Amino acid sequence: MRPPEPHVHSCYAAAFSSALIDPGRETPAIVAGPDGKAAVKRYNVYRNNVTASLIEALASIYPAVQRITGVEFFRAMARFHIRATPPTSPLLFEYGRDFPAFIETYEHARAMPWLPDTARVERAWLDAYHAADAEPLSAATLGSIPSGHLADLIFVAHPATRIVRSRFSVATIFAANRGEAPVGRIDASAPEDALITRPALDVVVRRLPPGSATFLASLIAGRPFGEAAALALDASPMFDIASSIAGMIEAGAFTAATLEEQDGH
Amino acid sequence: MNAATEPAACTAIPLRFPALPIGGLAGTSFKHQHLAEIRAEGRGRGFFEVHAENYMGAGGPPHRALEAVRRDYPVSLHGVCMSIGGERPLDKAHLERFQNLVDCYEPALVSEHLAWSTHETTYFNDLLPLPYTETTLRRVCDHIDQVQEAIRRPMLLENPSTYIAFVESTMSETDFIRSIVRHTGCGLLLDVNNVFVSANNHGFSALDYLSDFPLGNVGEVHLAGHAEQSDDEGDPLLIDSHDGPVADAVWKLFEIVISRRGPVPTLVEWDSNIPDWPILKAEAAAAQAILDRGQTVMGGHHAAA
Repeated sequence: MRPPEPHVHSCYAAAFSSALIDPGRETPAIVAGPDGKAAVKRYNVYRNNVTASLIEALASIYPAVQRITGVEFFRAMARFHIRATPPTSPLLFEYGRDFPAFIETYEHARAMPWLPDTARVERAWLDAYHAADAEPLSAATLGSIPSGHLADLIFVAHPATRIVRSRFSVATIFAANRGEAPVGRIDASAPEDALITRPALDVVVRRLPPGSATFLASLIAGRPFGEAAALALDASPMFDIASSIAGMIEAGAFTAATLEEQDGH
Repeated sequence: MNAATEPAACTAIPLRFPALPIGGLAGTSFKHQHLAEIRAEGRGRGFFEVHAENYMGAGGPPHRALEAVRRDYPVSLHGVCMSIGGERPLDKAHLERFQNLVDCYEPALVSEHLAWSTHETTYFNDLLPLPYTETTLRRVCDHIDQVQEAIRRPMLLENPSTYIAFVESTMSETDFIRSIVRHTGCGLLLDVNNVFVSANNHGFSALDYLSDFPLGNVGEVHLAGHAEQSDDEGDPLLIDSHDGPVADAVWKLFEIVISRRGPVPTLVEWDSNIPDWPILKAEAAAAQAILDRGQTVMGGHHAAA
């Protein structure tokens, strides 16, 4: 335990904030109501504002998770997370990066093992939404590169591009739970890879065909095209290069393709 | 890959927007769900206010929406988390993001709060109160100086709504605010609902507060709805909730402010339980009617002088 501060008056922020997200702590002694009135319910307004607004922030970042768990379950889970990991940035759209990992450890969510990865897709969706603007690589630009150079091409990922790989059918679960329409039965146990991009104004989440996640992740990591294709074939014999290229162009996953040796310029 | 650390807050090519006058206009909070209707109406009379932090991502739909609105309307940039009333130095990265937005969108008004929301490493996402002492006065003035140097123009400081007082406070809120104006040259954003809420919660007269408030430095007025709870003694405790229409008593205070100050840009805030656009628009029209009457009255005074 830290010793009490000798000059309480000089650190109102520490004293005031000490009990904001900790319900076990008493109302700070530095605050009061008018004319000798008590300050317990008055201070609780701030407590409630902080926790309720942060729960709201998590609910707006993770609407599919909330729809799956139900509002009461979600709010309880979010409250635990906020106490353990309050935001450190004033930009609330940056909050909740640790929430998927928290869900993994949350005892009451164990029966829904697909929940953390669904949350990862939602977090990627918001990152794609706020990512920098860039013109995606067009089919025409890619087509103008002589085919002899194809294997050495290095691709530049669009700032919005994200991949989430899962043992569960996350792309399907995400799509079914981001809208208002009733959700039918989903086989959650089918592994899915999701590609999140923003080709124009809107964020798009696509389910990737076999091997494509390895292919795209390798390209994003800066591996040349030929090497990425070989890695994808290793990962899945069903990897289809033609449809993967068509898919990544349509998704706007990249902004440019250059030849390796041009890197030095 | 981290959107928040990208240097540019908006499109790489600097956009130039029309310099639209904001004097004497009523406006509303800008909510994305209203964008289609606002755009369909085309350029109109009024303005929109945005929370700066919502546009601090590197790109994407928020910036396209703000560009669209800014082309047709004057915009007021309202910061919510600068922590001007905080104990720690201002967050330099946040100040830079704020400055970028001012440069990008050329807002007609720029404002922040007499409050704090970050301490040490935690961001509390609420406008938290501060004691009014010589020490806090000096620090707040330093912080406002830094903001005004960064954005190279005066900012407006908003009076808070509060639920508690600090035992250590040695001056009244109006004395504190008047000293800030004298030391920093900043303008004021007078939130009339905040005055009404705080007056009820602390048992003072809203009219006395307004008589004591440096109205001549007010560059913008805020109006909003509030909710009612009760304090430990069972008396009404008003909550600055921004979730409903402006209360009749607040409209009355607003009329008094305008009759004394003349018409200043006035914003109707509505941040949760957001209504359909026609309802929000009607609240702004009600404020506009009072501003226009104030214009006539003030015009009359000038003619008589």
